[in-house]
Amino acid sequence: MAQTVPKNYLDFEKPIIELEKMIEELETFSVTTETDLSSQIGELRERCDSLKKDIFSKLTAWQRVQLARHPNRPLTPDYIEFVFNDFLELHGDRRFGDDKAVVTGLARLNGRRVMVVGHCKGRAVREKMACNFGMAHPEGYRKALHKMCLAEKFRLPVITFVDTPGAYPGVGAEERGQAHAIAENIREMSRLRVPIVTIVIGEGGSGGALGIGVADRLAIMENAYYSVISPEGCASILWKTSERAEDAANTLKLTAQDLKEFGIVDDIVPEPLGGAHRDHIGAARSVRAYLESTLAEFDGVPCGELVDRRYERLKSVGKYLEPAVVST
Amino acid sequence: MVWKRIKKFAFSRKKSVPEGLWMRCPGCEKMVYKKMVEEGQMVCPECNFHFEIGARERVSLIVDEGKFEELFSDLESVDPLHFSGKKAYKDRLSVAQEVTGLKEACIIGRGEIEGKPVVFGVTDSKFMRGSMGSVVGEKITRGIETAVQDDRPFVFVSGSGGGARMDEGMFSLIQMAKTSAALARLHETGLVYITVLTHPTMGGAMASFAALGDLLIAEPGAHIGFAGPRVIKETVGKDLPAGFQKSEFLLEHGLIDMIVNRPELKATIARLLDYLQKQPDESA
Repeated sequence: MAQTVPKNYLDFEKPIIELEKMIEELETFSVTTETDLSSQIGELRERCDSLKKDIFSKLTAWQRVQLARHPNRPLTPDYIEFVFNDFLELHGDRRFGDDKAVVTGLARLNGRRVMVVGHCKGRAVREKMACNFGMAHPEGYRKALHKMCLAEKFRLPVITFVDTPGAYPGVGAEERGQAHAIAENIREMSRLRVPIVTIVIGEGGSGGALGIGVADRLAIMENAYYSVISPEGCASILWKTSERAEDAANTLKLTAQDLKEFGIVDDIVPEPLGGAHRDHIGAARSVRAYLESTLAEFDGVPCGELVDRRYERLKSVGKYLEPAVVST
Repeated sequence: MVWKRIKKFAFSRKKSVPEGLWMRCPGCEKMVYKKMVEEGQMVCPECNFHFEIGARERVSLIVDEGKFEELFSDLESVDPLHFSGKKAYKDRLSVAQEVTGLKEACIIGRGEIEGKPVVFGVTDSKFMRGSMGSVVGEKITRGIETAVQDDRPFVFVSGSGGGARMDEGMFSLIQMAKTSAALARLHETGLVYITVLTHPTMGGAMASFAALGDLLIAEPGAHIGFAGPRVIKETVGKDLPAGFQKSEFLLEHGLIDMIVNRPELKATIARLLDYLQKQPDESA
């Protein structure tokens, strides 16, 4: 076979993969030969766990970006499947079309009725094409807004999952008002009279992410990123080459940890050891726990107060100097 | 030395714009009498090309003379990311300040337009492409809040081609939400918000405050859009249609209300302010 199979692990994960392979081989060996190797296997497992802890505790910003884009990383449909029950998908923006880069629908979170909105990247090649790799057109943003307004009418909290390289930069997108669509979503989300919780689950690509990301509570997964511009875009502006994306990623301060320190995100949702891509169910469990406890905090909060607090939260973001006003 | 200078002039005169009485219009490539351009509010008398103008010039063209009271002019940018590419953000800021004579890309204040009180703001395309960082976002937000408090319409002229300012990372992106949230509050009061889109208005600025006017006016030939044309061309792998993302293209696609020549801008805004007055709440 001349064809090369694309590897589905990152370079820095290689030692983990090798060790896991060894454990697997030993397990098969012990079963087929009926020998007891449990102590050796247990030891290797411990070594593997500490290796994971070690590697994942000192990831660089660029490695996090790679993890956020990992081919096996759980996507919005995975979270919909493992976090909620009784999902009922709703389509279309009632104006132009049904953008598959954004998925919307009704669901139950441990009995609680909610509206789910999320970017959808697709996993298999054909699916990726259909979803335009998670890059939404204006109709995607308008579809999201349409469903959020529906949620407001029936007092359903809105949960959004952000995972996009960015809004689609194309001719049709511009013709149909990409900027207008995003701007309107941002404005309307800022005053929606139901709780909104947003989790950045993978890539938080600039305005395309913010277009469904104005919330009462903004969380980010441990290995996700959120940035004003893609590392590649930043590198081509700064150094005229996208090959310095790694340097750009470090410059942009786009990791969950950076953003938590800056107060841009409220919470970091922990991922299973070794990253969400190695354990979808574990990642979903973590997301569900976060959503359940966070939504419970908004129970009984009057919607006027909710919207006021959301505004104050946004207003507090920004770093500048203001010389003290001297009273005369 | 002298002949060297003559030689240099002889070789370069085709390209360069001679200092003094004449200037070359980038629109029609013709040499035009500078004084005529200036008297026409920096519009080419031959082809109607609108030159980019600074924020201070814009204030004097739109706001009644002596009626502009600048607000929040003390706000100063900091460098929260310690951002540095080829040049450090701090150095780029000082260069922009020197070139424009402004402290930041945005000026905001109370003013009157043909005697009608408004809050008026403008971003300067020559200050880091008019991009929005924390200070620009904060000034626009406070400007909108002032409009709400004073019960005045809000008029904003955007020259923000740089979108959300990369150098301040996510702080800049969230300014999009902050300004838009303030506009949602203005919207609820029933006061009008008029946006004038000038060359260039792109990215995070266009995808937030600049697109949210009750009325969207553009100057002729301005480049307005979300994604930059280079990125779009690379993504779609095709040449872009003629006039793509220009004011006329946006009008054609139903994305703006009108295109207005600079000399008629002030009178047009005044007419709109007269038509679109806040009405008493009838549900009360």
